[in-house]
Amino acid sequence: MTGTDSRDDILARVRAGLAHDPALVDTRRRAALDYLSARAQNSRPRLAGDLTQRFCQRALAMSSTLDRVASLAQVPAAVARYLTANGLPLKGVCWTCHAALDWAAAGLHVEARAAGHDDLVGITGAFCAIAETGTLMLLSGAETAATTSLLPETHIAIVPASRIVAGMEDGFALLRAEHGELPHAVNFVSGPSRTGDIELTLVLGAHGPYRVHLLIVADE
Amino acid sequence: MRQQSMFFSARVDEKLADVRLQANLRKVKDNFVHVFAAAKHDYNQEADFEALRDAGAAIRKRVLDNLDIWLELFEQNATARGASVLWARNGREVCEHVVNIARQHGVSKAVKSKSMLSEEADLNAALSAAGIQAVETDLGEYILQIAGNEAPSHIIAPAMHKNLDEVADLFAKTHHTPRKTGIPELAREAREVLREHFTSAQMGITGGNFLIAESGSVALVTNEGNARLATTLPRVHVVITGIEKIVPTLEDLATLLRLLTRSATGQSISNYVSVLGGTRERADPEGPQHRMFILVDNARSGLLGSDMQPMLHCIRCAACMNHCPVYHSIGGHAYGWVYPGPMGSILTPMLTGLENALELPQASTLCNQCGDVCPVRIPLPELLRMLREKQTARGLRPFRERALLKAWAWLAERPGCYALATRFARRYLAWLAGGRDRIDHLAVVPGWSKGRDFPAPQVRTFRDLYASQQRTHCRGS
Ligand code: SF4
Repeated sequence: MTGTDSRDDILARVRAGLAHDPALVDTRRRAALDYLSARAQNSRPRLAGDLTQRFCQRALAMSSTLDRVASLAQVPAAVARYLTANGLPLKGVCWTCHAALDWAAAGLHVEARAAGHDDLVGITGAFCAIAETGTLMLLSGAETAATTSLLPETHIAIVPASRIVAGMEDGFALLRAEHGELPHAVNFVSGPSRTGDIELTLVLGAHGPYRVHLLIVADE
Repeated sequence: MRQQSMFFSARVDEKLADVRLQANLRKVKDNFVHVFAAAKHDYNQEADFEALRDAGAAIRKRVLDNLDIWLELFEQNATARGASVLWARNGREVCEHVVNIARQHGVSKAVKSKSMLSEEADLNAALSAAGIQAVETDLGEYILQIAGNEAPSHIIAPAMHKNLDEVADLFAKTHHTPRKTGIPELAREAREVLREHFTSAQMGITGGNFLIAESGSVALVTNEGNARLATTLPRVHVVITGIEKIVPTLEDLATLLRLLTRSATGQSISNYVSVLGGTRERADPEGPQHRMFILVDNARSGLLGSDMQPMLHCIRCAACMNHCPVYHSIGGHAYGWVYPGPMGSILTPMLTGLENALELPQASTLCNQCGDVCPVRIPLPELLRMLREKQTARGLRPFRERALLKAWAWLAERPGCYALATRFARRYLAWLAGGRDRIDHLAVVPGWSKGRDFPAPQVRTFRDLYASQQRTHCRGS
């Protein structure tokens, strides 16, 4: 079978090129494993000041829009406000973990299920958010469909201020601490999709959402 | 993709005369160069971009120096999470693997998110020969595909040689829709057409920006979101990527992403970064049931342990071509294969054979603009120079060049003759200049002087000047 032949052949060529002493293979493997468990942090920005403020500033720079609410209970009203102001349908889907919010009271028709191609508004939470770049970190999972932040033209994300971390490294650390393993998809989302492929001219709205609206929740 | 680098010189004239291309190329300078400088400046407010480059280069070097170990660790961790790892020695094996996977899983249509290795392997042709439809979904790649499978001319803006009018015509013709003239309208039309394909395809094929050894996953970076769709909706996900793309940890990934997006588009991060591994859980509402990684050598292992190894650091950011005066003048097609610009001038001969791309290592002024911006500190001009040496050592330079150099060497070893020859040459050039300070046509090198002026010689040769200086100096002391 080409498969195993190719594997052994490629590894043999790699070893021949590198020309390490064959006796050292275990030492080299141990060094690699040590490196993995050390999880050294490389040179990275040290953010000064308030992380929420920094997150908001960078999210705006990535063309997201923002609103702040005091508590989770105020989210439906904020969503309704945003959709009305932008002439968007008062109808959409949300992650199942937000099914209990009182969407109807805010005049919204929100279904708690994964998004399909006809859904125009998708409402998600976030595993955490990254202040350095104004980015959402989303994990795939039974209650947190990846399609909700992807298929609809409008993506609204609920971001608890307490879940804003400095950098991507801190997001990964949180993931290891809280989940141990990675889910099949970890998606970092920074603003609406865009393309510059025609005449190097940037336009918002390519395959993903045209709009990303963030609701920063002061306490959850 | 068929390798056509031997036609470099012939294509250069054609590209220099292409008015449309030249206008588009001016935008490369304006768009990419300035945003990169701004992004670097911005980063330096809170940290040190040079230290970041050091870290990036160190990560790449760490992996390559022990690539066998890292490949095995990646394979182990990827399979532990339920993905399969396949290996391909060359493009042919890539195609065989993908066609086999497609057959096994009853795939009739595949959506593709940019993979340059699939172009190295000419995968689309193999898929179509096997009766499997492959649809490119990156807008630029899609434009090239419907334009009759044109070659990409830039690694991150593959259709940058096309302008709005051409795209508008293509869309109207291919989609049978009224012709649109605005870029947002065209982007929407592509979104709608391609959504249909995303929904109906059974397989998503992507490249991989990085493979993470720690978690056995692939990292994909896009602005359009097409990689997310291609890896979320179809039931099979195939990753095709070079063996050199491994990084050890997620921390290392974060570091390289900071470098990649700034060097590529001047963004602090791309809109979408996905870290994908394993397969969907039973309760998951979406995600692939099967994920395969195809790790491809295609001559890369030959660079390991050699003085060319640093080329494998490359993270495909395109900064080197964006800053290259040669690329600015001729664009990407003249280079004749998948990778243009300085990185292409090294990768093409290294991956497809020195003798098949003789002119590429010469297509550089060695000005080091590329080396200055390369985020992982690949000494590009140095590698180009070494390739020139290799060509000479293997007797691959053209007869005329070898003969001229031999003649020059013969002269240089004989000071008397050399003095005579240079004196004669000076007189001849002065006569050609006819009192002006430039010579616009040189009969000995007609091609060279077509686009350039040769400066008229100064009054005396250096040797004469030096000799008389020495005489006055001796008298003075
Ligand atoms: S050689 Fe360096 S600058 Fe050029 S694409 Fe590769 S990483 Fe980027």
